Amino acid sequence: MSPLPGAYKRQRFCNAQTIRGETMTGGIYVLLDHSDGRVDTLSRETLALAQQLGRSHGLGVKALLLCGPNRSVVENAAGLQADAALVVSHHRLDGYDPDAHCLALTRILEQDRPLAFLMGHSYQNIDLAPKLAASLKCGLVTDCIGCRIDGESMVFVRQMFRNRINADVRVRSSHPWIATFQSGAGAGNDLLEGSSPVVERTVDLSGLAHRRTVVETVGAVKEKVDLAKADMIVAAGRGIKRKENLRLLEELAEVLGAELGASRAAVDSEWLERDRQIGSSGQSVAPRLYVACGISGAIQHVVGMRNSANIVAINTDPDAPIFNLANYGIVGDLMEIVPALTRKLREEQSR
Amino acid sequence: MKVFACLKETPSRDTRYELSSDSSWIGNAEVTHEISECDEYALEEALKLKERHRGEVVLLTAGRAEAEKSMRKGLAMGADRGVLILDRERELSSPHRVAAALEKVLRDQDYDLILAGTQSDDYGYAQTGPILAHLLGLPHATIVMQIQVQEDRRSVRALREMESGWFEWVEIPLPAVLTVQAGISQIRYATLRGIMQARRKEIRKIELGGLGLDLSSLPHLEIERLYFPEQTSKAEMIEGTPDEIASTLVDRLRREAKVL
Repeated sequence: MSPLPGAYKRQRFCNAQTIRGETMTGGIYVLLDHSDGRVDTLSRETLALAQQLGRSHGLGVKALLLCGPNRSVVENAAGLQADAALVVSHHRLDGYDPDAHCLALTRILEQDRPLAFLMGHSYQNIDLAPKLAASLKCGLVTDCIGCRIDGESMVFVRQMFRNRINADVRVRSSHPWIATFQSGAGAGNDLLEGSSPVVERTVDLSGLAHRRTVVETVGAVKEKVDLAKADMIVAAGRGIKRKENLRLLEELAEVLGAELGASRAAVDSEWLERDRQIGSSGQSVAPRLYVACGISGAIQHVVGMRNSANIVAINTDPDAPIFNLANYGIVGDLMEIVPALTRKLREEQSR
Repeated sequence: MKVFACLKETPSRDTRYELSSDSSWIGNAEVTHEISECDEYALEEALKLKERHRGEVVLLTAGRAEAEKSMRKGLAMGADRGVLILDRERELSSPHRVAAALEKVLRDQDYDLILAGTQSDDYGYAQTGPILAHLLGLPHATIVMQIQVQEDRRSVRALREMESGWFEWVEIPLPAVLTVQAGISQIRYATLRGIMQARRKEIRKIELGGLGLDLSSLPHLEIERLYFPEQTSKAEMIEGTPDEIASTLVDRLRREAKVL
């Protein structure tokens, strides 16, 4: 039995054009982002998620790759398991240009009309996906942490209200339904290696005006603190409230021999330098001990520290998502807990 | 230089949420609202551009009638006037719809730049800005940290945030749409004089129904269910006085975790 329904059921979710067209033979398409001749980790994760959906629901999975004249990534992509690796190679696709990328994807997806088009929730795709959704007049669910097919359509899971509430979202539009996926949303490292037949696709981008120019790429900081090598980290979040309170964390870090880290909120408040930021727009760390002080645990922070061996979370909000990740949780005022902890450690050391 | 700053009013950032009985929306009866965080930074950038290049900052909001309060705050900060699209029934609940409504208002306006927050504090889809740009046929850039309008005012340079602490400067022609990241500058306070002046500034109100949009023809995101993330915690919660907590934690870190 096909887990996806007959046309009569789909009618509720698709526009007339899609229903008159074929069945959902298009299956799932996945965009492969790449750099230095290699498909990015997040795209691999997204492909793994599509493979899982494909296997359990009998849907085809195709990978889609946009690249410039340098085609070194094609071989890497062809080594991933999919029904096909569709390759669009054009000089306008050498490096990211939203107009060129959007038009190339629009042409391919309009022709093929897959059920869904999945992308990694990368900084590039945050820029590209909504434009593509507007161009295709299709719905887009961004920053998904999960996805399932429930018999009649797809349900995308994402967080809302500053990551406090989860939402199951359905797309009401023609196909493809577009979604971007957060790291860790899918099967993780279960990507099937294998092979995909390479299928060349051509798109006419000749008349396209050149509107966006990348002037310069810059690193965030000159003297980068390499937190990736830190053995222990004491990290500050929004909950430390004032720069003066950072002193308490510095004292704890000193007695532990730990580095100081920060959530984005703490850096944005200028309590700590940006080179101490941990998370998707900062560094990824994996220390033996991570003490999260006043950090709620937004996914953007969590992706940068969840591989820590031991996590201690101190937060006033018992519902803070950081407690889902922590090994040891303390609900309370860090202004009281942290000094007590420092005292205790000093006491022991002086013995 | 004329800049439109798109503001959305969302529940305050310190809201402790409850869900409605059918889990379709938040259930808090009395939630205070404020300008969505990224949008406030977008407004701050718009006001800085006005200081540097002269001209006008116009607020554009789609929301409840109560959103006027947040708009007044924006006017008190220094914006010149506002346009409020009255969405009384919360019909503008997905990004294609919001963008279509904003586009209707903007299509016969003059402007050099449209600024919006990268994402909102409620849905947080991070789509409205780029969709609006596409509908208006304008270039866009998202997750913007700094804005420099070039001397000839024909193009703008924007510093975009990228992965792992990297940034890129991109240049696009004006008019354009930029979505601004939170935390990129210090947001100004409204002065008393600003607050007084804001009372007299114009907010033009437009009924959503009067825009002639066929919302049902637009792609829609339907929220089937809201729920709190499952507590998958395997954390040992340590309780007691601060000193008791410290003793227990040090003990655990030494004996169990073996990190001390």
